[in-house]
Amino acid sequence: MLKDITLGQFFPGNSAIHRMDPRTKLIALIVYIVALFSAGSWLSYGLVFAFLAGTIAISKIPVKAIVRGLKPLVIILVFTGLLNLLFTPGEKVLVAFWRITITLEGVVRAVLMMARILMLISGTFLLTYTTSPIGLTDGLESLLGPLKKIHVPVHELSMMMCIALRFIPTLIEETDKIISAQKARGADFENGKLLERVKALIPILVPLFISAFRRADELATAMECRCYQGGDGRTKMKLLRYKRNDLYAFVLLVLLLVAVIFAARLGL
Amino acid sequence: MAPILQVKNLHHRYSIGTPFEHVALQDVSFSVERGEFIGVIGHTGSGKSTLMQHLNGLLKPTSGEILLDGKDIWSDKKFTRQCRFRVGLVFQYPEYQLFEETVYKDIAFGPKNMGLPTEEIDRRVREAAGFVGITDAQLEMSPFDLSGGQKRRVAIAGVIAMEPEILILDEPTAGLDPEGREEILRNIESYRRAKNATIMMVSHAMADVAKIADRLLVMNQATLAMDGKPMDVFSRSQELLDMGLDIPEITRLFLKLQEKGIPVNPVYTMQQAVAELRRIREGKSHA
Repeated sequence: MLKDITLGQFFPGNSAIHRMDPRTKLIALIVYIVALFSAGSWLSYGLVFAFLAGTIAISKIPVKAIVRGLKPLVIILVFTGLLNLLFTPGEKVLVAFWRITITLEGVVRAVLMMARILMLISGTFLLTYTTSPIGLTDGLESLLGPLKKIHVPVHELSMMMCIALRFIPTLIEETDKIISAQKARGADFENGKLLERVKALIPILVPLFISAFRRADELATAMECRCYQGGDGRTKMKLLRYKRNDLYAFVLLVLLLVAVIFAARLGL
Repeated sequence: MAPILQVKNLHHRYSIGTPFEHVALQDVSFSVERGEFIGVIGHTGSGKSTLMQHLNGLLKPTSGEILLDGKDIWSDKKFTRQCRFRVGLVFQYPEYQLFEETVYKDIAFGPKNMGLPTEEIDRRVREAAGFVGITDAQLEMSPFDLSGGQKRRVAIAGVIAMEPEILILDEPTAGLDPEGREEILRNIESYRRAKNATIMMVSHAMADVAKIADRLLVMNQATLAMDGKPMDVFSRSQELLDMGLDIPEITRLFLKLQEKGIPVNPVYTMQQAVAELRRIREGKSHA
């Protein structure tokens, strides 16, 4: 069922990671990605992996959930792996027949690239799994706050993002319902030629669009009824505040980044 | 005669293996005879809608089985698909599924999927439109130009046009004005009479259910809590109230009378109430 896709879904919980300030988590993700891309040696990859594994353990997110989220990436992974495996020039040739040569460097590179993609996506998942959509947009708005000085509509953008995120599950649910309803009338989405299958989507897409527009309209009316008029002078119910945990996180992040860069430089 | 539909020890769990896993149905068993009109009541989240979606094979049971005419609906793929046509399911707010350019085409969607010849489709569309009071002129209109109540009736006609032996409706009257409600209930009843169809109707409107159903199923916390004639079910009013369910206004009034020490028998429709009051008045005048 559509409902079972976990892309970017929030897993409610009460771990140290869940309680951390969303701004810290956003910055942490950026630092983590920088560290990941600075890594070039086994040791540096190991460090980043240890950091990721540690964070997952603290967050108490089941590893199964993360693995399930990674499933759609299989094609990209295989593709990346194959390209690196086949087209990396090197000296130690392992296999050579016809036009294909596989080198030791190629194998190492393929493994590391695949690991990089996996760790990149898992890290991102960890952010969205442990942070509610509202926390995420609040954090983003606060981090981008300085851009208001140059007239970037930060609040409006974050509000739009917040609404979009908020409506993903609603629309998925709606789609599920429409699919079921049309199936109950004998619609068949699994069989038939490509053109037939595309045509079979019309009974889903038309009602879905209509209901999306209807919802947008209703939401806009509701917001106007409450005199919503954007960011200026608006106060927040939940103020973001850095706590001790966030300090520890920042220290750890700096250590990670420094260690990874050193390890990569030294080529360990 | 053998029951048309049998549900045996049905269990269903949602989102197995995630933090959102929960039991939606727990050991539900019952059987349905041909031509019955069954009302299904229960609190929001009690599993009514999940149960209904099992009956035509939209959801697959976690365990247990559903037999249509004695045959397991999951026994082979072809039969599962056939069940979708033999057990017609009208969802909540079905007007949101309309998608075609004209009412006619929308009603024809189901019969077309059955692979019927054009003349048969035409006959069925016109007959179904007749059951729900859609005129020939309206058949050529866009469904989006109709009123809310008309849209709902078109959507119901879309399922009726498949001529299902069992018609299941999930809150067909929700959000309609009293006149629209009456109209829809009449439409359902006329379809039932014409085709000797079996009807299952999920509803929150106790008065509606009490009036037309021959039998009631009460769902509570994923289990089937009661199964019986309306009289038997409504006589257990206190249990219903404890489940957070309503009882018909008139039943409530008569319970109050009993509390005051007036010797009335419980009733659940207006007609019964009138008869009961008459009986008591005459009884007194004779005394």
